[in-house]
Amino acid sequence: MSTKGKVKGIIANLVIVKADGPVSQNEICFIQLGGTGLMAEVIKVIGEDAYVQVFESTRNLKIDDEVSFTGHMLEVTLGPGILSKNYDGLQNDLDKMKGVFLKRGEYTSALDDDKEWDFKPLAKPGDKVTAGDWLGEVDENGMPHKIMVPFAYTGSYQVKSVAGEGKYKIKNTVAVLIDTDNKDVEVSMVQKWPVKVPIRAFKEKPRPYKLLETGVRTIDTLNPIVEGGTGFIPGPFGCGKTVLQHAISKQAEADIVIVAACGERANEVVEIFTEFPELEDVRTGKKLMERTTIIANTSNMPVAAREASVYTAMTLGEYYRSMGLKVLMLADSTSRWAQALREMSNRLEELPGPDAFPMDLPAIISNFYSRAGYVILNNGETGSITFIGTVSPAGGNLKEPVTESTKKAARCFYALAQPRADSKRYPAVDPIDSYSKYLEYPEFSEYIEKTISDKWIDQVNKAKTILQRGKETYEQINILGDDGVPVDYHVTFWKSEVIDFIILQQDAFDKIDQSTPVERQEYMLESLLDLCNTDFKFESFTEVDNYFKRIINQYKQMNYSEFKSEKFNNFEKELQSIIEERRVA
Amino acid sequence: METRAFQKIYTKLTQITKATCSLNATGVGYDELAMVNGRLAQVVKIIGNTVTLQVFGGTEGIPTNAEVTFLGKAPTLKVSDDLAGRFFNAYGEPIDGGPAVEGEEREIGGPSVNPVRRKQPSELIATGIAGIDLNNTLVSGQKIPFFADPDQPFNQVMAMVALRAKTDKIILGGMGLTNDDYLFYKNVFDNAGALDRIISFVNTTENPPVERLLVPDMALTAAEYFAVDKNQSVLVLLTDMTLYADALSIVSNRMDQIPSKDSMPGSLYSDLAKIYEKAVQFPAGGSITIIAVTTLSGGDITHAIPDNTGYITEGQLFLRRDTDIGKVIVDPFRSLSRLKQLVIGKKTREDHPQVMNAAVRLFADAANAKTKLENGFDLTDYDERSLNFAKDYSNKLLAIDVNIDIDEMLNTGWNLFNKHFKPEEVGIKKELADKYWPKE
Ligand SMILES: Nc1ncnc2c1ncn2[C@@H]1O[C@H](COP(=O)(O)OP(=O)(O)OP(=O)(O)O)[C@@H](O)[C@H]1O
Ligand SMILES: [Mg+2]
Repeated sequence: MSTKGKVKGIIANLVIVKADGPVSQNEICFIQLGGTGLMAEVIKVIGEDAYVQVFESTRNLKIDDEVSFTGHMLEVTLGPGILSKNYDGLQNDLDKMKGVFLKRGEYTSALDDDKEWDFKPLAKPGDKVTAGDWLGEVDENGMPHKIMVPFAYTGSYQVKSVAGEGKYKIKNTVAVLIDTDNKDVEVSMVQKWPVKVPIRAFKEKPRPYKLLETGVRTIDTLNPIVEGGTGFIPGPFGCGKTVLQHAISKQAEADIVIVAACGERANEVVEIFTEFPELEDVRTGKKLMERTTIIANTSNMPVAAREASVYTAMTLGEYYRSMGLKVLMLADSTSRWAQALREMSNRLEELPGPDAFPMDLPAIISNFYSRAGYVILNNGETGSITFIGTVSPAGGNLKEPVTESTKKAARCFYALAQPRADSKRYPAVDPIDSYSKYLEYPEFSEYIEKTISDKWIDQVNKAKTILQRGKETYEQINILGDDGVPVDYHVTFWKSEVIDFIILQQDAFDKIDQSTPVERQEYMLESLLDLCNTDFKFESFTEVDNYFKRIINQYKQMNYSEFKSEKFNNFEKELQSIIEERRVA
Repeated sequence: METRAFQKIYTKLTQITKATCSLNATGVGYDELAMVNGRLAQVVKIIGNTVTLQVFGGTEGIPTNAEVTFLGKAPTLKVSDDLAGRFFNAYGEPIDGGPAVEGEEREIGGPSVNPVRRKQPSELIATGIAGIDLNNTLVSGQKIPFFADPDQPFNQVMAMVALRAKTDKIILGGMGLTNDDYLFYKNVFDNAGALDRIISFVNTTENPPVERLLVPDMALTAAEYFAVDKNQSVLVLLTDMTLYADALSIVSNRMDQIPSKDSMPGSLYSDLAKIYEKAVQFPAGGSITIIAVTTLSGGDITHAIPDNTGYITEGQLFLRRDTDIGKVIVDPFRSLSRLKQLVIGKKTREDHPQVMNAAVRLFADAANAKTKLENGFDLTDYDERSLNFAKDYSNKLLAIDVNIDIDEMLNTGWNLFNKHFKPEEVGIKKELADKYWPKE
């Protein structure tokens, strides 16, 4: 007999339910309101009272309305067909919903029961298997989607039979396993998993070290992220967090991209809906949408579901990682998730931590980030979830709980600076404050030496030093005046400006400039460092500005041209002749 | 508002605060309306038998034996074409002396649009103001506030924008409007002969502040009627959202909620987002565009109200007095329209994005030169030229009294570049400079 209950109190979307039997923390229940059930999650229990957060508006709910508990936590449905779907935070398929407006209590199935998939067996009778092991695979938008031993299966099993090649629906049995009690267990292509529990079906989680190319120069060149790495992008509103994340989602060399639009603008999601089915993934020639799943729980959608949305996204990521795929997960904005936690914590009248956020916010955030990572599966294959979240600090002040907690959890820090955004130096990533801890990993250096060059890290550090020196020199010039400093100071400053304009700044809306392959980044960095190592002759500082502006202009034209095209080469030739004008031999 | 005949009347309040009161009652629905001694109230909390009501008109003079009746419904508005040309208070009751509007009764604060049913906004809204059209182009379905200190002429600019924008309906949601500003809007709309496409929901400073909480939802319910049922393009003006947020904080503080930054409720972001996200382009052609006003105190945009607003809206228009030219301009640094990408260079001339960016960059150079000057340093020739450019740019493009079409704005931009700079100093893509740089 499942537990029932009755509504005892209502404060916005927090409802107190008097339960007539056992309930567990995070259990899902449905509150009956005029024929529809409103989904809710238990977040606190005191005696017989279960405090539940309702994933919907509670308008018209009354005392004594009936509640039924489901006996399970918030789960996602895992199986082929997740890619290209647009889900809400609870994995309802938004496209299946009727009408223009969302209806309260309308829940739609995440997968398509009737679609047939081309199945190929991978395991054979007699194989010993455990949770997460591959039994077969289907082709999902060109991606090998593994059908695995369900994650919830504990202990080991023996394969009794696996279906032969052919077309199957997700609920068809594709394998039969024998458990330790010699009982047959049928496995279909679909399974469920609670979102707040990490999927741990892998052998080990070593430190990540492989560069994950994003095409964004300020990331790849200066502060690279790795496959299975974590990073975050804090910044005041309007500084370019979303544009940067969208750029990464379009260009990164990932197999699967999961975008969690968490409490942000609906129009930004619409942009993805509109563009991704049209844009091509240059690596596969397929449409971007084919490798993407969107979790859209925008700011006007229920707050509690917003909290769930990032977990839903992460769980889908873990599912694909277990197939040996490279998953990129993006969440915009993790601050909205933290605010959802805060709203609930305040309604529960919990003792507030800094800025009224829950006391355990740092733990919640680091727990979440720890679900990303690079893993070696039981069969020796590897998979990864690279996670990049945005943070929207109140008042743009980075000394606030969400930013500070995230800084402890994430390894790459891409700080967006208001002054850079104000002067349209996009992406506004601050080159001095930002960092990538991966640059310090010896595994990473080794990998880069093999894949790019043994000079690369050294060159990157040189570029950083030039930027740093440029900044210091600029401050000096500002204090002492243009003619209060040697002409050299101006040259130093302008050399750093060239790096700023040509590497850091990147036009996210220009077809060519928006994405730069690493090969091209290497070429440009080399060229720029050569320029910085060149001595120039100037009579006065006024000549310096104009001269370097010409150089920047020339490099910019190169950035806007197809790599090594005739146009590109011509601009480069012109650039060389400009350099020769003042070069000291 | 009428009450139902068989309604139970309660007469014993157990608690009264500045904005709320509580009583014991049964069978009450969450969000339901009630009358407390003739004042409209709404259920904000139910614990067992104890119901807490937020009294929109404030609780001044409410006795413990006040008569309370429940209306069995959330706040509603009757919608029909007859709304056009009418002025209402925060409850949707006429204040223009006309008859009550008949029509379908709809709950305000209704559900959100399914994001997959939205269309990407793509219609440019031209205002003639270059600080907007050139640098911060508006698009139908967008939501964007003016950020302005209280002494800036934001109501004037907003009225001008509303009248120049080619929309089917303009809906004014006035919150804490002074009576003078209310009459200003009324006159401007009247003089423009536009009254028949205007609907107003107004809470003035003379009305209780908590009533304001109903205004945006009233205005947006009317907007949804015209945009969804009639496929019209609707422009909603919300002024002043800072006063709306202040009213929110009054209520939440009275309910003993733990305030977050600047004494604002922790839910401020979600509360504001629910309103602003009603801006939408519908698939059938209708649209809701929201232009709001968020007044600042001393230009501080880090205060919780503008800060949360900035995180929700699709940009902001920052008004400031430019002392160099003695006019109010749309500040190009702090203003932003995030949807402009969807139209500039696509619905407008190809050189639009680059002209816009180049001009702002040069304006930034002028700002640096100005700092140098203030610090007593000598200016270079380039500094001098950028300062001169800045003055021209402010006067001819940024000032809010500019009224020209977008091609003319772009031509003006190129002329100013040519007047003050060499092409390489402007740094525009060569193809464009070749095509548009004025030939001597
Ligand atoms: N790389 C870029 N190139 C050109 N323009 C950019 C770039 N990045 C950002 N912008 C401009 O900045 C605007 C704001 O960017 P974005 O929406 O990403 O900000 P945000 O940090 O996500 O803000 P919020 O916190 O409010 O969501 C964009 O609409 C665009 O005009
Ligand atoms: Mg954003």
